[in-house]
Amino acid sequence: MATKLGDYKTQIHNDWCPGCGDFGIVNAIQMSLTEMQIPRHKAAIFSGIGCSGKTSHFINVYGVHTLHGRVLTFAQGAKIANPEMTIVAVGGDGDGLGIGAGHFVAAGRRNVNMTYIIFDNAVYGLTKGQASPTLKLGEQTKSLANPNSNYNVNPIALAISSGFTFVARSYSYDVRQLKNIITAAIKHKGLSFIDILQPCPTYNDLYTRDWFAGIDQINEETKKPTPRIYNLSDTGYDPVVHYSTITELNEKLSQALEKSLEWGDKIPTGIFYKNELITPYTKRITDKIPNYLENPAAKQKISKNGKSTTDISGILDSLKI
Amino acid sequence: MTFDYSWLIGGPQGSGVDTAANIFSRVGTKLGYHVFGKREYHSNIKGLHSYFVVRLSDNKIRSNVNGANIMVAFDAETMIRHGLSISKNGAIIYDSSIVNTSINEIPTIETDHRVRLDEFFKSKNMEPKVSSIIELAKESGVNIYPISFWDALSNIADELKKPELSRMTRMFNVLGVSFSLGVLKAPIAPLLESIEEIFPTKPTIADLNKKAANFAYNYASAKFSGFNASLDETDKEPNIMLVQGHQGSALGKMVCGCRFQSYYPITPASDESEFLETHEILQVKEDRPGSTSIIQTEDEISAIGMAVGASLTGVRSATSTSGPGFSLMAETLGWAGINEVPVVITLFQRSGPSTGLPTRHGQDDLLFAINAGHGEFPRIVYASGDIEDSFYDTGKCFNFADIFQVPVIHILDKFIASSVVTCNRFDPDLVSIDRGKLLEKIDGDYKRFALSEDGISPRSKLGLENGIFWNTGDESDEYGHISEDPVTRIHMMDKRQTKVEQVISLIPKEDQAVVYGKLDICIVSWGSPKGPILDAIEMHKQDGYEIGFIDIKLLHPFPTNYIKSLLKNSSIVIDIEANMTGQLASLIKENLLRDPDYYILKYTGRPMTCTEIFDSLKKILEKKAEKKQVLSYGD
Repeated sequence: MATKLGDYKTQIHNDWCPGCGDFGIVNAIQMSLTEMQIPRHKAAIFSGIGCSGKTSHFINVYGVHTLHGRVLTFAQGAKIANPEMTIVAVGGDGDGLGIGAGHFVAAGRRNVNMTYIIFDNAVYGLTKGQASPTLKLGEQTKSLANPNSNYNVNPIALAISSGFTFVARSYSYDVRQLKNIITAAIKHKGLSFIDILQPCPTYNDLYTRDWFAGIDQINEETKKPTPRIYNLSDTGYDPVVHYSTITELNEKLSQALEKSLEWGDKIPTGIFYKNELITPYTKRITDKIPNYLENPAAKQKISKNGKSTTDISGILDSLKI
Repeated sequence: MTFDYSWLIGGPQGSGVDTAANIFSRVGTKLGYHVFGKREYHSNIKGLHSYFVVRLSDNKIRSNVNGANIMVAFDAETMIRHGLSISKNGAIIYDSSIVNTSINEIPTIETDHRVRLDEFFKSKNMEPKVSSIIELAKESGVNIYPISFWDALSNIADELKKPELSRMTRMFNVLGVSFSLGVLKAPIAPLLESIEEIFPTKPTIADLNKKAANFAYNYASAKFSGFNASLDETDKEPNIMLVQGHQGSALGKMVCGCRFQSYYPITPASDESEFLETHEILQVKEDRPGSTSIIQTEDEISAIGMAVGASLTGVRSATSTSGPGFSLMAETLGWAGINEVPVVITLFQRSGPSTGLPTRHGQDDLLFAINAGHGEFPRIVYASGDIEDSFYDTGKCFNFADIFQVPVIHILDKFIASSVVTCNRFDPDLVSIDRGKLLEKIDGDYKRFALSEDGISPRSKLGLENGIFWNTGDESDEYGHISEDPVTRIHMMDKRQTKVEQVISLIPKEDQAVVYGKLDICIVSWGSPKGPILDAIEMHKQDGYEIGFIDIKLLHPFPTNYIKSLLKNSSIVIDIEANMTGQLASLIKENLLRDPDYYILKYTGRPMTCTEIFDSLKKILEKKAEKKQVLSYGD
């Protein structure tokens, strides 16, 4: 029987602030799961700590609300042990690019087949608005005593240089594009990353919904705001690496890095980079363990009538003198 | 007459001391002896001193003695460090070119050690040189056998017409072990067999080494034929294995169904993960092959995070580490605690704090294992005393984790990790597998944290139909959703804490503590001092004294009533552990309100020998002991 959007929603009261960008993200994830008809028990949402960490409680699939910065570690362990699960990890930009930055880089290198979504709002919301890793140097959001004294992390560039094989950006109020990108990310064979620009209405008074909509950039002719957000796919941009040549790979990496630097009047969204020619982690395992996918850890029978079925006699023989 | 013989070989790290010791241990095993070997090494890749002592006996042995009977030194540092520990009528086989080396020419001796050596030689009115050590050893009745290792190498090179061999100092190790076996008049066949076995895929190298061994063996047996001891063949027990420390828990994990281990490289724990990875494809009875996923992570935080994630899919999962890595795992340990996730942390202790003595032994982390992580949550801390125990205990730890749905910290240490012993073939049939309340099928409404009498709820796993649950590091309701309700908080805290009573009442007494002998005079200890303690007790028994011993394996929750009942009639309680403060004793004081009468402690980073423990116990028996004796033997 087909699952409906409502099936992916829990009855848990959502306590995000009114107008929070997070709502759009949780809706888009639910829409994507519905569109892909992923059985509820075959999907798991892993989340970090902070407002975004509560996401897993609002989605009616397996939900694992982990520790600050550590969401990718839990999620990768689960995916490697049970590769049949569809796994989406979510967290804030402080979670993933501050306290969890080491795991972010390592996960990119591993390229486990799952999706990681960062709710990028440039502030630590739940602890009342401190500067987070994507807030730019010198910027001062409303609860900061002084302008930010740290340079910002560029999530897209970091993901690309860490080995993520699907790197995208989206905007939390464009739920249609968001859903499409989440679906593409889940379908991607490898580790996919989506940086979602998500205005925090309570603590980030710089990157607001109005700012993204460009109300400060009035077109002189139409007298209408010029939105900052635009979609790369509308510009003929091709993010996909098609051939296994170094030349093409370097071109695609360079264009993605170049696009990742664009910020201000125009902000690109969409898929920056996609490369399925890099082996996913699964392939790296099956190269050494040929039957891993048919018989992964989660499927293996380890005992019969309370006794082990593993036969170590060969190893014990080799220790016999 | 009991045969009990210790052989020592030393040399710069990376020079193949381990290979020599491996050959000697194999020969001893093939000849039918019980073997106990121990490796000591610096935190260094090449050049600093390392050594291996292999003890052979026709009785069961579990530890080293002080000193050795026969030593091979092809470098001056080995002679300086160990030359005076060779016993009367023993032998020193050394490379004659080192005889005039002064301690000032050995940059790898620590400055403080050099000062002590200077003072020592000054007090003897002797030059601080290898020749002085030789003179002193000779005076104390040690046979001195100088051999030019260099000449031996060029003779072999000439004989085999391979001039490049004359510069291969790596061969010194095979020469050293072969000289020793020649002096000891051991049969040559086991030596040649052992060499073949350790180079199974390199027949040319094996052949070369065999030829060199043959030459060295014949040379020494002809030249030093008068040595008073000999290594004869004895009746060999069937089914004897020679096992290294890291193999026990690794084999235990394979057998009990651990199919996921994540780790970050750290001494002395990594060898275990590497052994598991070498054998990642597993043969399964009446089924297709299985496999273990061994993942090297970016740090220990990730290592435990991945293991916990894997465990949520119903897979038996573990991580393996040492003190510094375990420190990083503390936060996730609490997450596993509040989410009732079975996960096993194999903790190979070493000396701390911080980096401490990174390649040396210690039992400093008992109280940390018990208390790591903020907040209050149940866990099990369980310790194994030797390699054989570590095999069987590993299966038990996974059962505990599954049955009680708690993290289990299985404590081993560097002493166990870098020892090699003969023992009976492990019997996988003695390992039982109990997954507790893990579900394979669910119908109807499911609550992962359903309140229950025993505090343990039926457990679903990721991927199971109708088994959807939520986890959170926050306090939660029965479904696993965040709850800050004070009444729910009490229910959930109480539910988890109920497991503590369950652990004490359901784990069999014989798995909580193992009792040896009559407990009037009673040693209490935990973990690896077990070996030297049992050997020392045996030595006292020969002298007519009976000393009992309780090896406490379940350290948390502490089996208070059981230990109290065991110690009820003990007139003297002696605490023995390899740390400075007596951490087990503090548990006994806290739980039994009883202070052990005596403490025997060691924190030099070197394992206890049975000789040291024997001597300390003797002082206690003679009522000449201070309350606390601190041991310091060993380099």
